[in-house]
Amino acid sequence: MREFGYQRAGDVTQAVAMLARAPEGAFLSGGTNLVDLMRLGVETPDVLIDINDLGCDRIEELPDGGIRIGSGVSNSDVAADHRIRRRYPVLAQALLSGASGQLRNFASTGGNLLQRTRCVYFQDITTPCNKREPGTGCSALDGYQREMAILGWSRQCVATHPSDMAVALAALDALVRLEGPQGHRELPITELYRLPDDEPEHDTVLRHGELITAIDLPPLEFAARSHYRKVRDRASYAFALVSVAAALDIAGDPGGAGSVRDARIALGGVAHVPWRSRIAEAALRGAPATEESFRAAADAGLAEARPLPGNEFKLPLARNTIVATLLDLAGASQH
Amino acid sequence: MSTPRVLRRAVGAPIDRLDGAEKVKGGATYAYEWPVMHPAYLHPLQAEIAAGRVQAVDVSAAAGLPGVLAVLTHENAGQPAGPDPEQAVLSSPEVAFRGQIVGAVLADSPEAAREAARLVRLEYESHPPDLELRADRDDLRKPAHAAIFGMAEGDLMDGSVADTVQGDVEAALAQAAVSIDETYTTPMYHHNPMEPHTAVAIWSGDDLTIYLSTQGVSLSQQVIAAALGLDPARVRVVSPHVGGAFGSKVYPHGYAVLAAIAARHVPDRPVKFALTRQQMFALVGYRPPAIQRVRLGVDPGGYLTAIAHDVVQQTARLKPYAEQIATCTRGMYAAENRRTTHRIAALDVPVPTIMRAPGESTGMFALESAMDEMAIACGLDPVEFRVRNEPATDPETERPFSSRELVACLREGARRFGWAGRDPAPRARRAGEWLIGTGVAASTYPSPRMSGNSARISIEPDGRYAVQIAAADIGTGSRTVLTQIAADALNVRVADVDLRVGDTVLPRASTAGASSGTTSWGACIMEAARVFRERHGVIHNGRTSVGLEATAQMPENPSAERYSMHTFGAQFVEVRVSEVTGEVRVSRLLGVFDAGRIINPKTARSQLLGAMTQGVSMALHEHSVLDPHTGHVVNHDLAEYHIATAADAPAIDVYCVGEPDPHINPMGSKGLGEVGIVGTAAAIANAAYHATGVRVRDLPITLDKFLR
Repeated sequence: MREFGYQRAGDVTQAVAMLARAPEGAFLSGGTNLVDLMRLGVETPDVLIDINDLGCDRIEELPDGGIRIGSGVSNSDVAADHRIRRRYPVLAQALLSGASGQLRNFASTGGNLLQRTRCVYFQDITTPCNKREPGTGCSALDGYQREMAILGWSRQCVATHPSDMAVALAALDALVRLEGPQGHRELPITELYRLPDDEPEHDTVLRHGELITAIDLPPLEFAARSHYRKVRDRASYAFALVSVAAALDIAGDPGGAGSVRDARIALGGVAHVPWRSRIAEAALRGAPATEESFRAAADAGLAEARPLPGNEFKLPLARNTIVATLLDLAGASQH
Repeated sequence: MSTPRVLRRAVGAPIDRLDGAEKVKGGATYAYEWPVMHPAYLHPLQAEIAAGRVQAVDVSAAAGLPGVLAVLTHENAGQPAGPDPEQAVLSSPEVAFRGQIVGAVLADSPEAAREAARLVRLEYESHPPDLELRADRDDLRKPAHAAIFGMAEGDLMDGSVADTVQGDVEAALAQAAVSIDETYTTPMYHHNPMEPHTAVAIWSGDDLTIYLSTQGVSLSQQVIAAALGLDPARVRVVSPHVGGAFGSKVYPHGYAVLAAIAARHVPDRPVKFALTRQQMFALVGYRPPAIQRVRLGVDPGGYLTAIAHDVVQQTARLKPYAEQIATCTRGMYAAENRRTTHRIAALDVPVPTIMRAPGESTGMFALESAMDEMAIACGLDPVEFRVRNEPATDPETERPFSSRELVACLREGARRFGWAGRDPAPRARRAGEWLIGTGVAASTYPSPRMSGNSARISIEPDGRYAVQIAAADIGTGSRTVLTQIAADALNVRVADVDLRVGDTVLPRASTAGASSGTTSWGACIMEAARVFRERHGVIHNGRTSVGLEATAQMPENPSAERYSMHTFGAQFVEVRVSEVTGEVRVSRLLGVFDAGRIINPKTARSQLLGAMTQGVSMALHEHSVLDPHTGHVVNHDLAEYHIATAADAPAIDVYCVGEPDPHINPMGSKGLGEVGIVGTAAAIANAAYHATGVRVRDLPITLDKFLR
């Protein structure tokens, strides 16, 4: 691997300043993805700014009833937090379905959001890849497509975002707090990520030197009835083929089936971004909480899907998984 | 000479692995960990084309990197072309597959070697690679001279002939009451032992010592010495502990030779070479993918009248390995009309090699799936259908079986599993969204004795018996099992035996492979013990007998040509398939085996459990994806090459019927290292059909195959 420098930042301001001075540098948090990519020659930073001592390591209550998760909190600690488990179970479930116990102990919240795609061609420097080397072409377009996107892809890139946590956060309307050379800003998580279009080398809208300091979970009462279902090629330690993060708010209609007051649906494993399906949510609002409505909503949400020849199965898989997850939530809400 | 009291106290006892604590505590030294002074580190350069040649080499940037000691390519490696293309590393600019070694960097640190390898600029002349395995290719050919990795006469890897024919299969199929004709495919699989392939090469003048992760030091010595043009006596191979192998470390492939060549470029420095996980997907072999057509015909009574098994398998243009995939069909079931064929398609791909139960694990997926399909077509219970077609003697050779308890395995398995009363209708049972089904398949694997073994027994200064044989313990427990055999043969306690394996200074031994280790080494140790006791009588006090010694060759087995020798088994499985997602989960797995006398029930159980788990993995998860354009395995790491995790491993139960075999070896045992993976995939496919009504004939059985 390329030789690199190593510096340790003492606080957020210092970290941002250090990286601003290093145009080819990178922040190092848990390192569970970055260091692998450095070994593979995919990432070649000339300096790593260690951000493990910034104090962004707490989970706090917010005055509005939401929760703030410091970007340095480990995936394990977020998943184990009793407030998260009770108020946002979809997030704890998403985290626990990802990686392995050892990796979750090291991986941070900020790092999880910024992990790179596991597209096999992106990770192999001997193959063309527009994300790794813009302009070289996309090897997956006529290569191995099982884990590739069915929504929002471009001819330049068909890769998927690998994070489970980000899918749950997208469903929860989480807010990403950033500090950068130009100061502080906040972005809804769905606006942090971008579709590949003609610039697949950019996973996010982050500017060089910008640092994620925290994630805010807004209060969402019905998120207490939320669920994450992940479908993959083995029972553990595999990325999602399709995953569904969903929350359902059903109007209490004594004796009746109830109708959907509100819903949150986000999909993983299907796009370059955690895919928030507002179309499916809109189709659910006001509809009776029945399998028929859930199917109609899933179909609406997936209407614009364009599977590749090697992943056509993802379309029925996504549809079935959305419906089953909603049925589970509807069943649970009647108890 | 007095007749000593015979104490059967070690063989049959479930004793713990003798090296278990040492391994758990990190005290066992593996090849790469061998303490050497001031080593240099090697990193290979791999071809980025699949077919063509290296046209130009520019090492200037790499050679200038601090810490770089040498950059090797075909231009300066000095390795001659030889009869074995796998060992002729860097002998020519030709490229026969993507990932082939086309150069290497030596440096003071592994990191510098790796970075320098990235900086070497190679220009290629390439042509489009030929990568597609199809049964209708017009260049398929009958394999020849593939025995023992191409080192011996014989069509297939195990020395058997490519084709056999008896009677008239076509006529019998035409007249059959019921016939089936189905095609089954299996993908490329990679072994992926935990310990990667490693070598540490040290020259001392013209003498070479290699610390090597290998399944057999003697074969490695022979192959490496031949490749380097050395007298084997000048090459010492040391390999006391091996962290898994599964066949990928039987043949030394070429990385050891590369380390030895490289070490000549840095006089007086040992060279350390550990392959990365990604490199292992190109350089240390794999189970070749295959397309198998199976045709079966039965008479109105459900007795097989015709069995045909035609195999097309992938091999490498560089070196045409050919596996004995349909040989299992030659011995499994009775039928008058029979036919087996093997054809190979030589492609621009890496060289395949043996992988756990080479041949049988692939072939029995097809045969045992077809047997299930035929049982259903006949309206017969799959256990009863197999019992009905049990042969009295080996159907093709007409030799008697040394022992064959397959029917006992099927019956006992059915009893233990709760098979009786099974509703054969598909989709008959469910729990919520999960459809539940059960399936059965038979297992078989040959139990051969390998030649070329000798063992030495001597009394050491501490009064213990040193039992020396250049065998291997690749994690199977063979060190423990051989100690038990030696203790009983010498009529001493286990603690009185000091078993030494894994070094060519010890008497020559065969390789840990083909489920032959315990049979071959054990028979040899028993013979050495017999000679020792015959020569020296009963030893009453070891300390006063220091230096007494005896060496013996393994005796030929007089029964070898008279009996058909195999291990057998039956596997029963319950699976659950989600109607929502198509996910398949194995919820129960039972294996009942006829492996002769069990020498150590604990290590035997571990071998069978492990192999059955590997069978689950083969059935549901593993699949090396060869890129259709570049010819490299794209999912070349443990995140993307899915091996069953603990969460995928069901409750597994193993039972051995335990009847001693009278002919295979003097211990009464049979080989059991591989039989556990044979049949598992078919049992799972059969159970998945029972659960869903969907017959999956293409491994692995992934969720997409159930989604409509």
